[in-house]
Amino acid sequence: MDNFWDGFLLPAGIIVAQILLIVVPLLVAVAYLTYAERKVIAAMQMRLGPNVVGPFGLLQPIADGLKLLMKETIIPSGANRIVFLAAPMLTFILSLVAWAVIPFDYGMVLADINVGILYLFAISSLGVYGVVMAGWASNSKYPFLGALRSAAQMVSYEVSIGFVMITVLLLVGSLNLSDIVLAQQGGFWQWHWLPLLPMFVIFFISALAETNRAPFDLPEAEAELVAGYFSEYSSMSFGLFFLGEYANMILMSASTVILFLGGWLPPVDIAPFTWIPGPIWFCLKIALVLFGFLWVRATFPRYRYDQLMRLGWKVFLPFSLFWVVLTAGVLLAFDLVP
Amino acid sequence: MEALLLEYLPILIFLGIAVGVAAAAIGASLLLARQNPDSEKLSPYECGFEAFDDARRKFDVRFYLVAILFIIFDLEVAFLFPWAISLGEIGAFGFWSMIGFLGILTVGFIYEWKKGALEWE
Repeated sequence: MDNFWDGFLLPAGIIVAQILLIVVPLLVAVAYLTYAERKVIAAMQMRLGPNVVGPFGLLQPIADGLKLLMKETIIPSGANRIVFLAAPMLTFILSLVAWAVIPFDYGMVLADINVGILYLFAISSLGVYGVVMAGWASNSKYPFLGALRSAAQMVSYEVSIGFVMITVLLLVGSLNLSDIVLAQQGGFWQWHWLPLLPMFVIFFISALAETNRAPFDLPEAEAELVAGYFSEYSSMSFGLFFLGEYANMILMSASTVILFLGGWLPPVDIAPFTWIPGPIWFCLKIALVLFGFLWVRATFPRYRYDQLMRLGWKVFLPFSLFWVVLTAGVLLAFDLVP
Repeated sequence: MEALLLEYLPILIFLGIAVGVAAAAIGASLLLARQNPDSEKLSPYECGFEAFDDARRKFDVRFYLVAILFIIFDLEVAFLFPWAISLGEIGAFGFWSMIGFLGILTVGFIYEWKKGALEWE
Protein backbone atom coordinates (compact mmCIF):
# COMPACT_ATOMS: atom_id res chain seq x y z
CA MET A 1 0.00 0.00 0.00
CA ASP A 2 2.81 2.38 0.95
CA ASN A 3 4.51 1.60 -2.30
CA PHE A 4 1.39 2.45 -4.26
CA TRP A 5 1.06 5.74 -2.36
CA ASP A 6 4.68 6.89 -2.75
CA GLY A 7 5.30 5.49 -6.18
CA PHE A 8 2.15 6.46 -7.95
CA LEU A 9 -0.53 8.41 -6.11
CA LEU A 10 1.66 11.11 -4.58
CA PRO A 11 3.50 12.12 -7.78
CA ALA A 12 0.25 12.01 -9.73
CA GLY A 13 -1.39 14.20 -7.07
CA ILE A 14 1.47 16.71 -7.28
CA ILE A 15 1.15 16.85 -11.07
CA VAL A 16 -2.60 17.40 -10.83
CA ALA A 17 -2.05 20.18 -8.28
CA GLN A 18 0.51 21.82 -10.57
CA ILE A 19 -1.87 21.62 -13.50
CA LEU A 20 -4.65 23.24 -11.49
CA LEU A 21 -2.16 25.91 -10.45
CA ILE A 22 -1.76 26.72 -14.16
CA VAL A 23 -5.36 26.25 -15.32
CA VAL A 24 -7.20 28.21 -12.63
CA PRO A 25 -5.11 31.41 -12.84
CA LEU A 26 -5.22 31.08 -16.63
CA LEU A 27 -9.03 31.00 -16.70
CA VAL A 28 -9.17 33.96 -14.30
CA ALA A 29 -6.71 35.77 -16.56
CA VAL A 30 -8.92 35.01 -19.58
CA ALA A 31 -11.97 36.38 -17.78
CA TYR A 32 -10.15 39.57 -16.84
CA LEU A 33 -8.61 39.90 -20.28
CA THR A 34 -12.13 40.36 -21.67
CA TYR A 35 -12.71 42.97 -18.97
CA ALA A 36 -9.37 44.67 -19.69
CA GLU A 37 -10.17 44.68 -23.40
CA ARG A 38 -13.44 46.48 -22.88
CA LYS A 39 -11.93 48.93 -20.41
CA VAL A 40 -8.86 49.71 -22.53
CA ILE A 41 -10.82 50.19 -25.73
CA ALA A 42 -13.38 52.25 -23.85
CA ALA A 43 -10.63 54.49 -22.50
CA MET A 44 -9.17 54.89 -25.99
CA GLN A 45 -12.58 55.88 -27.31
CA MET A 46 -13.32 58.26 -24.39
CA ARG A 47 -16.01 56.01 -22.93
CA LEU A 48 -16.27 54.44 -19.48
CA GLY A 49 -16.63 50.77 -20.36
CA PRO A 50 -18.28 48.28 -17.98
CA ASN A 51 -18.80 50.00 -14.61
CA VAL A 52 -22.11 48.74 -13.23
CA VAL A 53 -21.55 45.18 -11.97
CA GLY A 54 -19.39 45.40 -8.85
CA PRO A 55 -16.79 48.11 -8.10
CA PHE A 56 -15.44 49.54 -11.40
CA GLY A 57 -17.41 46.80 -13.14
CA LEU A 58 -14.93 44.21 -11.88
CA LEU A 59 -17.57 41.50 -11.61
CA GLN A 60 -18.65 41.97 -15.23
CA PRO A 61 -16.75 38.92 -16.64
CA ILE A 62 -18.29 36.70 -13.97
CA ALA A 63 -21.76 37.98 -14.79
CA ASP A 64 -21.08 37.36 -18.49
CA GLY A 65 -19.90 33.83 -17.77
CA LEU A 66 -22.96 33.02 -15.67
CA LYS A 67 -25.23 34.44 -18.33
CA LEU A 68 -23.65 32.21 -20.98
CA LEU A 69 -23.93 29.19 -18.71
CA MET A 70 -27.66 29.71 -18.13
CA LYS A 71 -28.51 30.07 -21.83
CA GLU A 72 -30.10 27.38 -23.93
CA THR A 73 -27.70 25.28 -26.02
CA ILE A 74 -28.99 25.39 -29.58
CA ILE A 75 -27.88 22.66 -31.96
CA PRO A 76 -29.20 23.44 -35.45
CA SER A 77 -31.40 20.71 -36.92
CA GLY A 78 -29.09 20.17 -39.91
CA ALA A 79 -25.90 20.02 -37.86
CA ASN A 80 -23.69 17.01 -37.19
CA ARG A 81 -24.32 16.99 -33.46
CA ILE A 82 -21.13 15.32 -32.24
CA VAL A 83 -18.74 17.31 -34.41
CA PHE A 84 -20.72 20.46 -33.62
CA LEU A 85 -20.11 20.04 -29.89
CA ALA A 86 -16.57 18.66 -30.28
CA ALA A 87 -15.33 21.74 -32.18
CA PRO A 88 -15.48 24.27 -29.31
CA MET A 89 -14.18 21.64 -26.92
CA LEU A 90 -11.19 21.02 -29.18
CA THR A 91 -10.40 24.74 -29.46
CA PHE A 92 -10.58 25.11 -25.70
CA ILE A 93 -8.58 21.96 -24.90
CA LEU A 94 -5.77 22.91 -27.29
CA SER A 95 -5.50 26.40 -25.84
CA LEU A 96 -5.06 24.83 -22.39
CA VAL A 97 -2.67 21.93 -23.05
CA ALA A 98 -0.14 24.17 -24.79
CA TRP A 99 0.60 25.70 -21.38
CA ALA A 100 2.20 22.44 -20.22
CA VAL A 101 5.58 23.46 -21.65
CA ILE A 102 5.59 27.19 -20.84
CA PRO A 103 8.36 28.00 -18.29
CA PHE A 104 7.24 30.54 -15.66
CA ASP A 105 10.63 30.68 -13.99
CA TYR A 106 13.86 28.68 -14.02
CA GLY A 107 12.72 25.09 -13.48
CA MET A 108 9.12 26.21 -12.94
CA VAL A 109 7.60 24.29 -15.85
CA LEU A 110 5.17 21.41 -15.84
CA ALA A 111 6.82 19.31 -18.57
CA ASP A 112 10.39 20.38 -19.32
CA ILE A 113 10.55 18.44 -22.59
CA ASN A 114 13.49 18.99 -24.90
CA VAL A 115 11.29 19.71 -27.92
CA GLY A 116 9.19 22.40 -26.19
CA ILE A 117 8.95 24.81 -29.10
CA LEU A 118 8.07 22.03 -31.52
CA TYR A 119 5.25 21.00 -29.17
CA LEU A 120 4.02 24.61 -29.06
CA PHE A 121 4.15 24.86 -32.85
CA ALA A 122 2.29 21.55 -33.25
CA ILE A 123 -0.47 22.48 -30.81
CA SER A 124 -1.03 25.86 -32.42
CA SER A 125 -1.23 24.17 -35.86
CA LEU A 126 -3.98 21.91 -34.58
CA GLY A 127 -6.08 24.95 -33.64
CA VAL A 128 -7.32 25.20 -37.21
CA TYR A 129 -9.23 21.92 -36.83
CA GLY A 130 -11.62 23.44 -34.29
CA VAL A 131 -12.49 26.15 -36.80
CA VAL A 132 -12.94 23.79 -39.76
CA MET A 133 -15.02 21.36 -37.70
CA ALA A 134 -17.27 24.17 -36.44
CA GLY A 135 -17.81 25.56 -39.94
CA TRP A 136 -18.57 22.18 -41.44
CA ALA A 137 -20.74 20.78 -38.67
CA SER A 138 -22.98 23.87 -38.45
CA ASN A 139 -24.36 23.13 -41.93
CA SER A 140 -25.12 26.80 -42.48
CA LYS A 141 -23.72 29.22 -45.05
CA TYR A 142 -22.15 31.91 -42.93
CA PRO A 143 -20.20 29.56 -40.65
CA PHE A 144 -19.04 27.62 -43.70
CA LEU A 145 -17.63 30.70 -45.43
CA GLY A 146 -16.21 32.01 -42.18
CA ALA A 147 -14.43 28.71 -41.48
CA LEU A 148 -12.92 28.64 -44.99
CA ARG A 149 -11.56 32.14 -44.60
CA SER A 150 -10.34 31.54 -41.11
CA ALA A 151 -8.60 28.27 -41.98
CA ALA A 152 -6.83 29.80 -44.98
CA GLN A 153 -5.76 32.78 -42.90
CA MET A 154 -4.46 30.69 -40.01
CA VAL A 155 -2.41 28.34 -42.17
CA SER A 156 -0.97 31.24 -44.19
CA TYR A 157 0.43 32.98 -41.13
CA GLU A 158 1.47 29.72 -39.52
CA VAL A 159 4.21 29.42 -42.15
CA SER A 160 5.83 32.75 -41.33
CA ILE A 161 5.55 32.01 -37.61
CA GLY A 162 7.50 28.82 -38.30
CA PHE A 163 10.28 30.70 -40.11
CA VAL A 164 10.48 33.28 -37.33
CA MET A 165 10.87 30.48 -34.78
CA ILE A 166 13.72 29.06 -36.89
CA THR A 167 15.64 32.34 -36.72
CA VAL A 168 15.38 32.30 -32.92
CA LEU A 169 16.48 28.66 -32.84
CA LEU A 170 19.55 29.55 -34.89
CA LEU A 171 20.60 31.98 -32.17
CA VAL A 172 19.88 29.54 -29.35
CA GLY A 173 20.73 26.07 -30.63
CA SER A 174 18.09 24.30 -28.54
CA LEU A 175 14.39 23.49 -28.84
CA ASN A 176 13.87 23.68 -25.08
CA LEU A 177 11.92 26.79 -24.05
CA SER A 178 13.92 27.28 -20.83
CA ASP A 179 17.15 27.22 -22.85
CA ILE A 180 15.68 29.82 -25.20
CA VAL A 181 15.05 32.13 -22.25
CA LEU A 182 18.44 31.44 -20.65
CA ALA A 183 20.16 32.36 -23.93
CA GLN A 184 18.83 35.90 -23.45
CA GLN A 185 20.47 36.54 -20.08
CA GLY A 186 22.05 39.92 -19.39
CA GLY A 187 19.23 42.43 -19.50
CA PHE A 188 17.07 44.29 -21.95
CA TRP A 189 19.67 44.70 -24.72
CA GLN A 190 20.51 40.99 -24.74
CA TRP A 191 16.97 39.88 -25.52
CA HIS A 192 16.28 38.56 -28.98
CA TRP A 193 14.00 41.41 -30.02
CA LEU A 194 17.03 43.55 -30.84
CA PRO A 195 19.11 41.32 -33.16
CA LEU A 196 15.93 39.95 -34.74
CA LEU A 197 13.87 43.16 -34.72
CA PRO A 198 12.13 42.61 -38.09
CA MET A 199 11.29 39.03 -37.05
CA PHE A 200 9.87 40.32 -33.76
CA VAL A 201 7.53 42.62 -35.68
CA ILE A 202 6.53 39.84 -38.09
CA PHE A 203 5.89 37.47 -35.20
CA PHE A 204 3.66 39.97 -33.43
CA ILE A 205 1.62 40.69 -36.56
CA SER A 206 1.38 36.98 -37.42
CA ALA A 207 0.22 36.33 -33.86
CA LEU A 208 -2.61 38.81 -34.43
CA ALA A 209 -3.56 37.00 -37.65
CA GLU A 210 -3.19 33.57 -36.08
CA THR A 211 -5.58 34.41 -33.24
CA ASN A 212 -8.04 36.09 -35.65
CA ARG A 213 -7.63 39.42 -33.89
CA ALA A 214 -8.30 42.85 -35.33
CA PRO A 215 -7.17 44.07 -37.87
CA PHE A 216 -7.24 40.48 -39.19
CA ASP A 217 -10.63 39.53 -37.72
CA LEU A 218 -12.10 38.75 -41.14
CA PRO A 219 -13.43 35.32 -40.15
CA GLU A 220 -15.90 37.00 -37.86
CA ALA A 221 -16.43 40.08 -40.02
CA GLU A 222 -19.79 40.88 -38.48
CA ALA A 223 -20.89 43.12 -41.33
CA GLU A 224 -20.74 40.34 -43.95
CA LEU A 225 -20.53 36.98 -42.18
CA VAL A 226 -22.58 37.63 -39.01
CA ALA A 227 -20.01 36.01 -36.70
CA GLY A 228 -18.07 33.71 -39.00
CA TYR A 229 -17.62 30.11 -37.96
CA PHE A 230 -19.43 30.43 -34.64
CA SER A 231 -22.63 32.04 -35.97
CA GLU A 232 -24.68 29.01 -34.96
CA TYR A 233 -23.21 28.61 -31.49
CA SER A 234 -24.87 29.61 -28.27
CA SER A 235 -24.51 29.14 -24.55
CA MET A 236 -21.39 27.37 -23.25
CA SER A 237 -20.48 25.91 -26.64
CA PHE A 238 -19.98 29.51 -27.73
CA GLY A 239 -18.38 30.25 -24.38
CA LEU A 240 -15.69 27.63 -24.96
CA PHE A 241 -14.79 29.19 -28.32
CA PHE A 242 -14.58 32.53 -26.61
CA LEU A 243 -12.43 31.23 -23.74
CA GLY A 244 -10.24 29.29 -26.14
CA GLU A 245 -9.67 32.31 -28.34
CA TYR A 246 -8.66 34.53 -25.45
CA ALA A 247 -6.51 31.79 -23.90
CA ASN A 248 -4.81 31.54 -27.30
CA MET A 249 -4.14 35.27 -27.24
CA ILE A 250 -2.44 34.91 -23.87
CA LEU A 251 -0.52 31.90 -25.19
CA MET A 252 0.73 33.80 -28.25
CA SER A 253 1.79 36.66 -25.97
CA ALA A 254 3.61 34.18 -23.75
CA SER A 255 5.44 32.74 -26.78
CA THR A 256 6.37 36.25 -27.90
CA VAL A 257 7.78 36.93 -24.44
CA ILE A 258 9.72 33.66 -24.35
CA LEU A 259 11.14 33.98 -27.87
CA PHE A 260 11.91 37.70 -27.95
CA LEU A 261 11.45 39.42 -24.60
CA GLY A 262 13.52 37.29 -22.26
CA GLY A 263 10.83 35.22 -20.57
CA TRP A 264 11.08 35.51 -16.79
CA LEU A 265 14.35 37.50 -16.84
CA PRO A 266 14.38 41.04 -15.41
CA PRO A 267 15.00 43.84 -17.94
CA VAL A 268 18.03 45.15 -16.00
CA ASP A 269 20.38 42.81 -14.20
CA ILE A 270 20.92 44.96 -11.07
CA ALA A 271 19.61 44.83 -7.53
CA PRO A 272 16.06 46.21 -7.25
CA PHE A 273 14.98 44.48 -10.44
CA THR A 274 16.46 41.08 -9.64
CA TRP A 275 14.56 40.95 -6.29
CA ILE A 276 11.24 40.70 -8.11
CA PRO A 277 10.56 36.99 -8.76
CA GLY A 278 10.61 35.65 -12.32
CA PRO A 279 6.94 34.72 -12.68
CA ILE A 280 5.97 38.34 -11.95
CA TRP A 281 8.27 39.64 -14.69
CA PHE A 282 6.85 36.99 -17.01
CA CYS A 283 3.24 38.04 -16.30
CA LEU A 284 4.08 41.74 -16.60
CA LYS A 285 5.64 41.18 -20.02
CA ILE A 286 2.66 39.11 -21.14
CA ALA A 287 0.36 41.92 -20.00
CA LEU A 288 2.45 44.38 -22.00
CA VAL A 289 2.16 42.33 -25.20
CA LEU A 290 -1.57 41.82 -24.59
CA PHE A 291 -1.95 45.57 -24.24
CA GLY A 292 -0.36 45.77 -27.69
CA PHE A 293 -3.05 43.40 -29.00
CA LEU A 294 -5.80 45.62 -27.56
CA TRP A 295 -4.16 48.82 -28.72
CA VAL A 296 -3.97 47.49 -32.28
CA ARG A 297 -7.63 46.54 -32.14
CA ALA A 298 -8.64 50.03 -31.04
CA THR A 299 -6.47 51.71 -33.67
CA PHE A 300 -6.55 49.94 -37.04
CA PRO A 301 -9.40 49.32 -39.49
CA ARG A 302 -9.99 45.78 -40.70
CA TYR A 303 -7.92 44.41 -43.57
CA ARG A 304 -9.49 43.24 -46.81
CA TYR A 305 -9.11 39.52 -47.57
CA ASP A 306 -6.90 39.97 -50.63
CA GLN A 307 -4.67 42.37 -48.68
CA LEU A 308 -4.43 39.83 -45.88
CA MET A 309 -3.35 36.99 -48.18
CA ARG A 310 -0.97 39.30 -50.03
CA LEU A 311 0.71 40.33 -46.78
CA GLY A 312 1.04 36.73 -45.61
CA TRP A 313 2.29 35.07 -48.79
CA LYS A 314 4.02 37.84 -50.72
CA VAL A 315 5.61 39.87 -47.94
CA PHE A 316 6.04 37.88 -44.73
CA LEU A 317 6.86 34.50 -46.27
CA PRO A 318 9.69 35.62 -48.63
CA PHE A 319 11.02 38.10 -46.09
CA SER A 320 11.16 35.67 -43.17
CA LEU A 321 12.66 32.96 -45.40
CA PHE A 322 15.33 35.43 -46.51
CA TRP A 323 15.98 36.35 -42.89
CA VAL A 324 16.49 32.68 -41.95
CA VAL A 325 19.18 32.38 -44.62
CA LEU A 326 20.72 35.72 -43.62
CA THR A 327 20.84 34.82 -39.91
CA ALA A 328 22.37 31.42 -40.59
CA GLY A 329 24.88 32.96 -43.01
CA VAL A 330 25.96 35.70 -40.60
CA LEU A 331 26.26 33.27 -37.69
CA LEU A 332 28.36 30.92 -39.77
CA ALA A 333 30.54 33.62 -41.35
CA PHE A 334 31.45 35.19 -37.99
CA ASP A 335 31.68 31.83 -36.24
CA LEU A 336 28.91 32.70 -33.79
CA VAL A 337 26.90 29.48 -34.09
CA PRO A 338 26.01 28.29 -30.55
CA MET B 1 13.70 5.55 -22.77
CA GLU B 2 11.30 5.33 -19.85
CA ALA B 3 12.58 8.58 -18.34
CA LEU B 4 11.98 10.28 -21.67
CA LEU B 5 8.39 9.04 -21.79
CA LEU B 6 7.88 10.03 -18.16
CA GLU B 7 8.51 13.67 -19.13
CA TYR B 8 5.37 13.52 -21.24
CA LEU B 9 3.19 12.11 -18.47
CA PRO B 10 2.18 15.57 -17.13
CA ILE B 11 1.04 16.53 -20.64
CA LEU B 12 -1.15 13.44 -20.79
CA ILE B 13 -2.70 14.23 -17.41
CA PHE B 14 -3.11 17.86 -18.48
CA LEU B 15 -4.95 16.66 -21.59
CA GLY B 16 -7.28 14.60 -19.43
CA ILE B 17 -8.02 17.54 -17.13
CA ALA B 18 -8.61 19.88 -20.09
CA VAL B 19 -11.07 17.42 -21.65
CA GLY B 20 -12.79 17.16 -18.27
CA VAL B 21 -13.10 20.95 -17.87
CA ALA B 22 -14.45 21.38 -21.41
CA ALA B 23 -16.97 18.54 -21.05
CA ALA B 24 -18.03 19.84 -17.62
CA ALA B 25 -18.66 23.32 -19.01
CA ILE B 26 -20.91 22.11 -21.83
CA GLY B 27 -22.56 19.47 -19.61
CA ALA B 28 -23.29 22.02 -16.87
CA SER B 29 -24.98 24.41 -19.26
CA LEU B 30 -27.02 21.55 -20.77
CA LEU B 31 -28.16 20.58 -17.27
CA LEU B 32 -28.66 24.04 -15.76
CA ALA B 33 -30.27 25.94 -18.61
CA ARG B 34 -33.84 25.31 -19.63
CA GLN B 35 -33.93 23.64 -23.04
CA ASN B 36 -36.95 24.62 -25.05
CA PRO B 37 -36.25 23.98 -28.71
CA ASP B 38 -38.64 24.49 -31.61
CA SER B 39 -38.21 24.02 -35.32
CA GLU B 40 -37.76 27.74 -36.08
CA LYS B 41 -35.13 28.10 -33.40
CA LEU B 42 -33.17 25.14 -34.73
CA SER B 43 -33.20 26.17 -38.38
CA PRO B 44 -29.87 27.45 -39.74
CA TYR B 45 -29.42 31.22 -39.55
CA GLU B 46 -30.00 33.03 -42.81
CA CYS B 47 -30.77 36.74 -42.41
CA GLY B 48 -34.43 36.30 -41.60
CA PHE B 49 -35.69 34.15 -44.48
CA GLU B 50 -36.08 30.40 -44.82
CA ALA B 51 -32.79 28.64 -45.49
CA PHE B 52 -32.53 27.57 -49.12
CA ASP B 53 -30.00 25.49 -51.01
CA ASP B 54 -27.33 23.29 -49.50
CA ALA B 55 -24.94 25.10 -47.18
CA ARG B 56 -22.03 22.85 -48.19
CA ARG B 57 -21.71 24.31 -51.62
CA LYS B 58 -18.84 24.65 -54.05
CA PHE B 59 -16.18 27.09 -52.96
CA ASP B 60 -13.26 28.90 -54.50
CA VAL B 61 -10.42 26.65 -55.66
CA ARG B 62 -7.89 29.11 -54.24
CA PHE B 63 -8.62 27.83 -50.75
CA TYR B 64 -7.32 24.43 -51.93
CA LEU B 65 -4.25 26.09 -53.39
CA VAL B 66 -3.52 27.83 -50.11
CA ALA B 67 -3.85 24.52 -48.27
CA ILE B 68 -1.47 22.77 -50.69
CA LEU B 69 1.08 25.57 -50.50
CA PHE B 70 0.80 25.45 -46.73
CA ILE B 71 1.68 21.75 -46.70
CA ILE B 72 4.81 22.38 -48.76
CA PHE B 73 6.03 25.29 -46.69
CA ASP B 74 5.11 23.78 -43.34
CA LEU B 75 7.08 20.66 -44.22
CA GLU B 76 9.94 22.93 -45.13
CA VAL B 77 9.73 24.54 -41.69
CA ALA B 78 9.68 21.10 -40.07
CA PHE B 79 12.75 20.25 -42.13
CA LEU B 80 14.51 23.43 -40.97
CA PHE B 81 14.04 22.73 -37.24
CA PRO B 82 16.77 20.05 -36.89
CA TRP B 83 18.99 21.94 -39.32
CA ALA B 84 18.81 25.11 -37.20
CA ILE B 85 19.69 23.20 -34.04
CA SER B 86 22.66 21.34 -35.49
CA LEU B 87 24.12 24.13 -37.63
CA GLY B 88 27.16 24.32 -35.36
CA GLU B 89 28.07 20.69 -36.08
CA ILE B 90 27.24 20.45 -39.77
CA GLY B 91 28.97 23.77 -40.54
CA ALA B 92 29.34 25.27 -44.00
CA PHE B 93 28.55 22.03 -45.81
CA GLY B 94 25.20 21.72 -44.02
CA PHE B 95 24.48 25.38 -44.64
CA TRP B 96 25.05 25.14 -48.40
CA SER B 97 23.08 21.90 -48.65
CA MET B 98 20.10 23.65 -47.13
CA ILE B 99 20.58 26.66 -49.40
CA GLY B 100 20.34 24.27 -52.35
CA PHE B 101 17.11 22.83 -51.01
CA LEU B 102 15.66 26.27 -50.29
CA GLY B 103 16.74 27.41 -53.74
CA ILE B 104 14.73 24.67 -55.44
CA LEU B 105 11.70 25.55 -53.33
CA THR B 106 12.12 29.23 -54.13
CA VAL B 107 12.08 28.47 -57.86
CA GLY B 108 8.74 26.72 -57.33
CA PHE B 109 7.51 29.63 -55.25
CA ILE B 110 8.42 32.15 -57.95
CA TYR B 111 6.69 29.95 -60.55
CA GLU B 112 3.40 29.86 -58.65
CA TRP B 113 3.65 33.57 -57.91
CA LYS B 114 4.02 34.28 -61.66
CA LYS B 115 1.20 31.82 -62.41
CA GLY B 116 -1.06 33.91 -60.20
CA ALA B 117 -1.75 31.30 -57.52
CA LEU B 118 -1.34 33.98 -54.87
CA GLU B 119 -3.72 36.50 -56.44
CA TRP B 120 -6.96 37.31 -54.62
CA GLU B 121 -8.65 40.08 -56.55
